[in-house]
Amino acid sequence: MSERVWIHGGRVVDPSQGLDGPADLIIEDGRIADIGGGLEAPADAVSIDASGLVVAPGFIDLHVHFREPGGEHKETIASGAHAAVAGGFTTVWAMPNTDPPIDDPAAVGFVKAAGEAAGGARVMPIGAATIGQKGEQMTEIGELVAAGAVAVSDDGGPVANSGLMRRLLEYTQSFGIAVLQHSEDIQLALGAVMNEGPVATALGLRGMPNCAEAVMVARDAMLSELTGGHLHVCHVSARQSVEQLRLARDKGLRVTSEVTPHHLILTDELVRGYNTEAKVNPPLRTAADVEAVRQALVDGVIDVIATDHAPHHYEEKEREFDDAPFGINGLETAFGLSMKALVEPGHLTLSDLIDRMSCRPARIMGLASGSLRREAPADIVLLAPDESWTVEPTQFVSKSRNTPIAGWNLPGRIRRTLVAGATRFEREAGE
Amino acid sequence: MREAGVPGLGKDLIGLEGLAGETIRAILDTAEPFKEISERQIKKVPVLRGKTIVNLFFEPSTRTRISFEFAEKRLGADTVNISSSGSSVVKGETLVDTARNLEAMRIDMVVIRHGSSGAAKFLADRIPSNVINGGDGRHEHPTQALLDMLTLRDRLGRIDGLRVCIVGDIVHSRVARSNIFGLQAMGAEVAVCGPRSLIPLGIEALGVSVFPHIEDAIEWADALNVLRLQLERMDAGFVPSLREYNRVFGVSNARLARAPRETVVLHPGPMNRGVEIDSDVADGPQSVILPQVTNGVAVRMAVLYLLAGGRPELAEDAKRGSS
Ligand SMILES: [Zn+2]
Repeated sequence: MSERVWIHGGRVVDPSQGLDGPADLIIEDGRIADIGGGLEAPADAVSIDASGLVVAPGFIDLHVHFREPGGEHKETIASGAHAAVAGGFTTVWAMPNTDPPIDDPAAVGFVKAAGEAAGGARVMPIGAATIGQKGEQMTEIGELVAAGAVAVSDDGGPVANSGLMRRLLEYTQSFGIAVLQHSEDIQLALGAVMNEGPVATALGLRGMPNCAEAVMVARDAMLSELTGGHLHVCHVSARQSVEQLRLARDKGLRVTSEVTPHHLILTDELVRGYNTEAKVNPPLRTAADVEAVRQALVDGVIDVIATDHAPHHYEEKEREFDDAPFGINGLETAFGLSMKALVEPGHLTLSDLIDRMSCRPARIMGLASGSLRREAPADIVLLAPDESWTVEPTQFVSKSRNTPIAGWNLPGRIRRTLVAGATRFEREAGE
Repeated sequence: MREAGVPGLGKDLIGLEGLAGETIRAILDTAEPFKEISERQIKKVPVLRGKTIVNLFFEPSTRTRISFEFAEKRLGADTVNISSSGSSVVKGETLVDTARNLEAMRIDMVVIRHGSSGAAKFLADRIPSNVINGGDGRHEHPTQALLDMLTLRDRLGRIDGLRVCIVGDIVHSRVARSNIFGLQAMGAEVAVCGPRSLIPLGIEALGVSVFPHIEDAIEWADALNVLRLQLERMDAGFVPSLREYNRVFGVSNARLARAPRETVVLHPGPMNRGVEIDSDVADGPQSVILPQVTNGVAVRMAVLYLLAGGRPELAEDAKRGSS
């Protein structure tokens, strides 16, 4: 089968090639066959009119939580894969903290197969770093990679043991994968449900200090320095973590990192009134932290945006703050919220944002996608950057609707998402 | 939805944060005539006759529950106590289900005590009944602070301009938070004193000063509100031992004797004698601990009465009409 697709009349923004201007694309066999100005429609090609739209490499999210197995009422691999394409993502990396965790090759194979069957975004399994994510014994990482795992992580929690973290950063080097770390010193964060500070004090809620995150970022950066292993710091939220990452970059260490859209704009003020939708780990911090992570993303100290998409059933969020689960549903609001946090105020251009959501995740993890150059996978998103829309959680493709930004007006709408040249999601203007 | 008879008081009393001084003053003034009722032979004014009140206690608290129950009965209300030391009233029932059930039972008022901060507001947002916070987690315990302020006013004649220092485990204390918000609204200066491990970082943002030494606090304050030190704090490593706590932070007559004025001593109870407070202080002339208990009933009568729609100036009449 050699189905051809012709995408024409759009503004192509591909930071991986320094492109920003009118161009057409021809797709053949799921790959980019040609890109340039005034390309003729090939015979029998499916025609996609992109006039008025931006054509960009599809977004890549290195951090999502699909709840299958064990939490299918919150999200399944299929519902998550479809929520992803609705958010413009063509590749998502699924965290292994399911029930049971993804800690053996069969489980990795299950996630991979379920992802392929879903017909949404490409779902790439992350293997557990330790058996049962208990932080005691390393998983058979070679076997997990052979089965399709793209990285290892105990996210949901940290690898707390320093000696074990060192071994992980060493052992993973044989397989060329990163260790993704949820940086949190458990003792400093004991029982905490939000950021430590005046808001937590007024609400009488237990807070976790910034340094609960930053001390582990510092420790892990040193372990990366010692071992040469690839450390990827998940969801950076604290300004002191940024200082450690800046130091790591200045030393030229193999340390990469991500920040979520919510940490780029929301603060712990949102928790007032015991708003469980704003309960997330790491917690929403202060305006000074938002400013610091934003600047770090602009400077390249933080490499990429990742959602930490964490769906929860509405009933689970409708309870006492202490007992509600952590997490924000992020895939379908990521582009709009990032536009509002970064592009609208002029911190980044649209091209820069596409770079942080697509090209750089591909580059730091060595993926072939995240680019529209010839021969690259035809993973493409069509955007209406100027179209504004209102966040209406009941309209989410995701099975869950937990978000603290319901009712917000966001700039930037996903209009079509193609994976390997096939349209996996489409939305009309104003829809 | 019923309107309370005092401006600034809504359907519920969740906390003192955000309440204006005049609102708090109106509650305290309303409590005055109710104080006298408790002295009578027949201690009832039937202003809440026909009202049903549920005392929903998810945490054990004999003294607060009994104080509310007396207040409710003296106002003629029908009361039901639901107590559970676990996390739900009926096993496995969530707070949202409890709220739905209470709504279905057409309860007029609910007093809730719960271990989670925010639980009182959670309930209040979901039911049309008046909700009174009887203490939620580490958040607020508004009626305790109101009775503390009434007692202070009785003893010192005013609250405005007073210097009040809250002593002890501030970080875990809902009493501390309610007192900070309430006293500040009433024009008092508030400080805290205790081991730094039991004082929230950044408490200064609430307009509170911090005394690391009890001697300095005593020198500064017109009144000390001494908090109970929970024994669990020692196990969790906040303080090394009760003995050392008493030595460094305990309120003793020897320490009070060096004060430049007659310091008034409050304690919300139950006391750990010999830990945060010595017996000779608790039972001494500077202590207002028993008047606090008496005022607790009057303040709670006032809150119930006002939330039920009573007007403060009518409290006096209500009292007279029933005699
Ligand atoms: Zn995490």
